[in-house]
Amino acid sequence: MRSIIIIFKKELHSFFASPMAYIFLVVFALVNGYFFTNTFFLYDQSDMRALFSIVPLVYLFFIPAVSMGVISREKGLGTIEILATLPIRDLDLVLGKYLAVFTLILVGLLTSSIHYITLTFVGTNIDHGAIFSGYLGLALMGGVYAAIGIFSSSLTDNQVVAFIIGIAIVMVFFLMDQLLVFVPSSMAGIVQYLSTGFHLSNISRGVIDTRNLIYFLSMISFFLFLTTHNVESRKWS
Amino acid sequence: MVRIENLTKNFGQVKAVKSISFELKDGEIVGFLGANGAGKSTTLKMITGYISPTAGNVHVDGMNIIDDHLEIQKQIGYLPELNPLYTEMKVYDYLRFHAETRGIKDGEFTQALSKVVKDCGLQGIVHRTIGNCSKGYKQRLGLAAAMIHNPKILILDEPVSGLDPNQIVEIRRLIKKVGKEKLVLMSSHILQEIQATVDRIIIIHNGEIVADGTSDELIADSQGLTHLKLEIDGGEEDAIQEMKATIPSITIQSISRNDDSMDILIEYPNTADPRKDIFRYAVDHGWSILEMSASKRDLESIFRNLTQDGVITDA
Repeated sequence: MRSIIIIFKKELHSFFASPMAYIFLVVFALVNGYFFTNTFFLYDQSDMRALFSIVPLVYLFFIPAVSMGVISREKGLGTIEILATLPIRDLDLVLGKYLAVFTLILVGLLTSSIHYITLTFVGTNIDHGAIFSGYLGLALMGGVYAAIGIFSSSLTDNQVVAFIIGIAIVMVFFLMDQLLVFVPSSMAGIVQYLSTGFHLSNISRGVIDTRNLIYFLSMISFFLFLTTHNVESRKWS
Repeated sequence: MVRIENLTKNFGQVKAVKSISFELKDGEIVGFLGANGAGKSTTLKMITGYISPTAGNVHVDGMNIIDDHLEIQKQIGYLPELNPLYTEMKVYDYLRFHAETRGIKDGEFTQALSKVVKDCGLQGIVHRTIGNCSKGYKQRLGLAAAMIHNPKILILDEPVSGLDPNQIVEIRRLIKKVGKEKLVLMSSHILQEIQATVDRIIIIHNGEIVADGTSDELIADSQGLTHLKLEIDGGEEDAIQEMKATIPSITIQSISRNDDSMDILIEYPNTADPRKDIFRYAVDHGWSILEMSASKRDLESIFRNLTQDGVITDA
């Protein structure tokens, strides 16, 4: 646990030591803010559905961008050799880095809480539960995409390649439930269950179902497992 | 004590390290010498646990690198080749990060920091960003990071490559200093560097250990030859050639005539010194010896002999 915290702190420090984190947070807040407020008064409804539908789209590009260098940069610079020869387990290394990316995403989500505050001032009959579960869904979805992003980063020593692979994989899980019409009916259930959007929409309705939680947590664990395996694979290459 | 046992590493079809074995004792400075691609870095990476051996093992105080790599890594300080660093970090933060991963508590960190800063000459750059430091400082920082936890074993992969002569002298002095209390294993492809720094040399070639010992031992064991340069006044080429029949241990390499003397190059095994016989032979034939100088084969020629495939050179 101590090693995870040390890597987490170092990673977060390196995010904020470069303009990367600030650019991410500012642009994330501006894009979300623009799309949310654009339709907020037109819809004239006291909910945050507009935000909850735009954030997954923004995630598609932002999370692979934030996570692309997390491991690939270490490989490119050679610093992975430093990390891997410190008395730290590879799993702790991956978890520390993952938690740093996830924290950055949570801080990004937190910037959108300004819209919630606005809503509490101007709205009526606000369903706070649905908003909370919507945020929970977004956080979990961000968690899955961050795990995918880190996995992509572990595949290469080139950040751009990691970014492209990250977007490609994230896009697959994002588009799965949009493309159900093209899938044979026998497979539709499985494909729908695998899509992140399906589980997000379930949670966003205000129902926190363990099936959705298990899906998100399994996806995160699966990609972090693959990432750890990739980091360890240097030993046997 | 570190014991390397039949250590082997294959990268696909390429056999990078071929079942090497050796022991390193505490307080020893050992140089790992070999041409580029000989398998030095691969061996060091296996000892530090960065990569796993295909076969064999590394034993440190009863532990082995396959089962107890975290425990062994706690005892090792490692400076990888090319000294990778986080250039955006400050020197202080970087050393603190290393100290934290080594379990050094806040109170102990101040002490550890001031020791490595003093030992490695980092005064004045502790609060500087690493990217803004000179190459020499970066190299010293890499060493400081490897030493922050006062490890028993220090492994340095090409610690002086790319440094200027003054910086090389500084790093060499530092390695010698820390080598008094630690086991230091340093690799290099530069013979002079190894010779000037270490107590013992291990030469690796094509993944195999081809020599192991102090530089004197290597020279003695090399079954090398001594070159003798002889300049005489009064000799004839035929008579000189006949010397071989009287003194069988010598080989006459060349004979050349100067204005009024003959230059002769003779080779003989280190084990049989024929100089007295040559002297008597010259006296018997009425030659005057103007010069007789013997030069033993040096480590460089031994290294070249051992590490050049199928080519024997006696430079």
